[in-house]
Amino acid sequence: MILWVEMNRLNSVQEFEELRKSIVDSRDPNKLRIAICAGSGCLAYGCVPLVAAFRDEVDKQGIQDRVEVRATGCPGFCERGALLTIFPQGIFYQRVKIEDVPEIITETILEGRIIDRLLYVDPASGEKSVKEADVPFYRKQHRLLLGVNNKIDPNSIEDYLANGGYSALAKALLQMSSDSIIDEIKRSGLRGRGGGGFPAGSKWESCRNAPSSNGVRYVICNADEGDPGAYMDRSLLEGNPHGVIEGMMIGAYAIASSEGYVYVRHEYPLAVQNLGIALEQARAYGLLGKNILGSGFDFDINISRGGGAFICGESTALMASLEGKIGEPRAKHIHTVESGLNGKPSNLNNVETWANVPMIINKGADWYSQIGTEGSKGTKVFSLVGKINNTGLVEVPMGMTLREIVYDIGGGVPNGKRFKAVQTGGPSGGCIPEGLLDLPVDFDRLKEAGSIMGSGGMIVMDEDTCMVDVAKYFVRFLTEESCGKCTPCREGLDRMLDILTDVTEGKATLDDIELLEELGNVIKDTSLCALGGTAPNPVLSTLRYFRDEYEAHIREHRCPAGVCKALITFTIDEEACTGCGVCARQCPQEAISGEKKQPYVIDQGLCIKCGLCQESCKFDAVIVS
Amino acid sequence: MNDNHEVEAIIDKHGAKRDSLISMLQDIQTVYHYLPQEALETVASRVGLPMIQVYGVATFFRSFTLTPRGRHIIKVCLGTACHVRGAARVLDRMELTLGVKRESTTDDQRFTLETVNCVGCCALGPMVIIDDDYHGQVSSDKVGSLLANYE
Repeated sequence: MILWVEMNRLNSVQEFEELRKSIVDSRDPNKLRIAICAGSGCLAYGCVPLVAAFRDEVDKQGIQDRVEVRATGCPGFCERGALLTIFPQGIFYQRVKIEDVPEIITETILEGRIIDRLLYVDPASGEKSVKEADVPFYRKQHRLLLGVNNKIDPNSIEDYLANGGYSALAKALLQMSSDSIIDEIKRSGLRGRGGGGFPAGSKWESCRNAPSSNGVRYVICNADEGDPGAYMDRSLLEGNPHGVIEGMMIGAYAIASSEGYVYVRHEYPLAVQNLGIALEQARAYGLLGKNILGSGFDFDINISRGGGAFICGESTALMASLEGKIGEPRAKHIHTVESGLNGKPSNLNNVETWANVPMIINKGADWYSQIGTEGSKGTKVFSLVGKINNTGLVEVPMGMTLREIVYDIGGGVPNGKRFKAVQTGGPSGGCIPEGLLDLPVDFDRLKEAGSIMGSGGMIVMDEDTCMVDVAKYFVRFLTEESCGKCTPCREGLDRMLDILTDVTEGKATLDDIELLEELGNVIKDTSLCALGGTAPNPVLSTLRYFRDEYEAHIREHRCPAGVCKALITFTIDEEACTGCGVCARQCPQEAISGEKKQPYVIDQGLCIKCGLCQESCKFDAVIVS
Repeated sequence: MNDNHEVEAIIDKHGAKRDSLISMLQDIQTVYHYLPQEALETVASRVGLPMIQVYGVATFFRSFTLTPRGRHIIKVCLGTACHVRGAARVLDRMELTLGVKRESTTDDQRFTLETVNCVGCCALGPMVIIDDDYHGQVSSDKVGSLLANYE
């Protein structure tokens, strides 16, 4: 990488602006830029060798002066990785493979010709999209945060600066007081994106006003994104770490804090790495450290890697873990804004909340509060996953309906299956049925529907998903992740899991449903922290909308979706079976037998219902009933 | 664990402070792939904590393990997206093929089978991560050929 200027400490806002100008001036706006997604999702598609192959090809052709190859953050359309965008035209190629590299360079880069094969084709209309903005997945999105990801190299602070980075910090330091920043955030209506939805400005104000004997206050970024199926915070930290750092700095300045922490999940090695590099670069320019931009404001940030406990996403457990203790929450008679980390006033917001801050400061609360609904302002990033055609990260204005998100952006359910539900809010959330697809998605509407916004996981389920199994899945997850400190959560969840297991094995009675509801409500009311307080949601919401599935398991000993092992049998359809014998070779129990080219048979006495036969059959001849 | 120098060096790096306990244990585990008892004892005495508190932290967090692990670490993702796409079947098949239950190591020390709650590669689920390799769209019939690549 070329460093445009020697990294010199910046001593004033004026020097900072001069640096930005020199970076922008040194860049040729017409230079072609090949931006390749290097986020964790695309790592699995092999983006590292892909980036190397592009660099080799550019070197080989001797066109380094005209073309830059940039490994960027994630543009969100994970279903179609590896993803590539060519700027400034914005040409969007998907499912790019190493074999495509020479052709992209010779055809598109050198000759300006589009390669049809690599364009996105809308399966519904057959229409091809040349540019990213024309792809239906992106058309309805409002990508205030994610839109930056493929424009910058996360390991280059110069890219961030050239893109207007740290200008909100400069504005805050030079032109704004603590009061005016807090007022701006309050008026913007920004609510915490981590799950609770608490107004961020009010939290900052409480923290700043809380007395601290030695003046120490902390700002903390919660990057312990533990909800399974949610990865937007990882993508923001990986793709644009400076955006999060800048948000934290503005918050720290407003509440008079000089020390910050990012508590990041250990399963996110790339996020830790990119954040670490970003912090080093910011320090080298004096954007972190003492007397930042000559303003007298001192601030630095430490990275703390989590130990892999879901409960540490809870504020008091997170702070206990930062102190090197077991991640157990405490009762919040005294809020963490008054007494948090080391007993000092501590302001915790999650990654996405911090990432929203710089643009609010730059563009103003009036601009920001125009986006969204009355009670929920701005955009929200969701990870749209599960049984959905266009898996990926989507950013939409608050208030968009579930139908638009699932169908217009997500492209609906694959393989012609029927949509059943969408689960939001992770293990603390609930399942929303088809009848509520026109629900506008914001903090309050989701709560009314028995779910929560949570951090933004959105898991789509189809007719093959058993809702009792899903409820059991989440309760099992929470049983394992309950810290064990309070009895309702520790013991109550165990008993709920017992009952749900009975239901899925056909051993439950109808009375057990009532017991589940009663137990769920007790756990909700009496648990110490939000983990227990929301833990019964997946069960209660599936009971509310899918009670018939519970009853089918209990009364008819039948799993309508064909998932619960104890209640299903695998048989071979004589008509469809070609007698190829693949299933018999795969079967670990040798339970399948037959003659070549004759229909095979499964011995039910030997079958362990592992489903291998069904997965290996190319003719859909294995039936689950 | 042959010598204590590495453990001492890690403790020195972090300044033997209580609030660095988790970071120290993480670094020790990076070196040894598990937390040897002697290392925990050294940490406890250097930081000035009762052993029970160090042990408490070491057993509370999922990422720590007190038993030696195999040559290859298999992580089956059980995130929600992978779950609805059949991760449980993949795990069943892993357990059957390896002859061990989740969170344990094969007798020949070749594999340790672990589970993880989402690695954020939901488009590719079910995901299996072996060492540093991400394998997407793993179905139970592919498990055998997948494991064959790791000796």
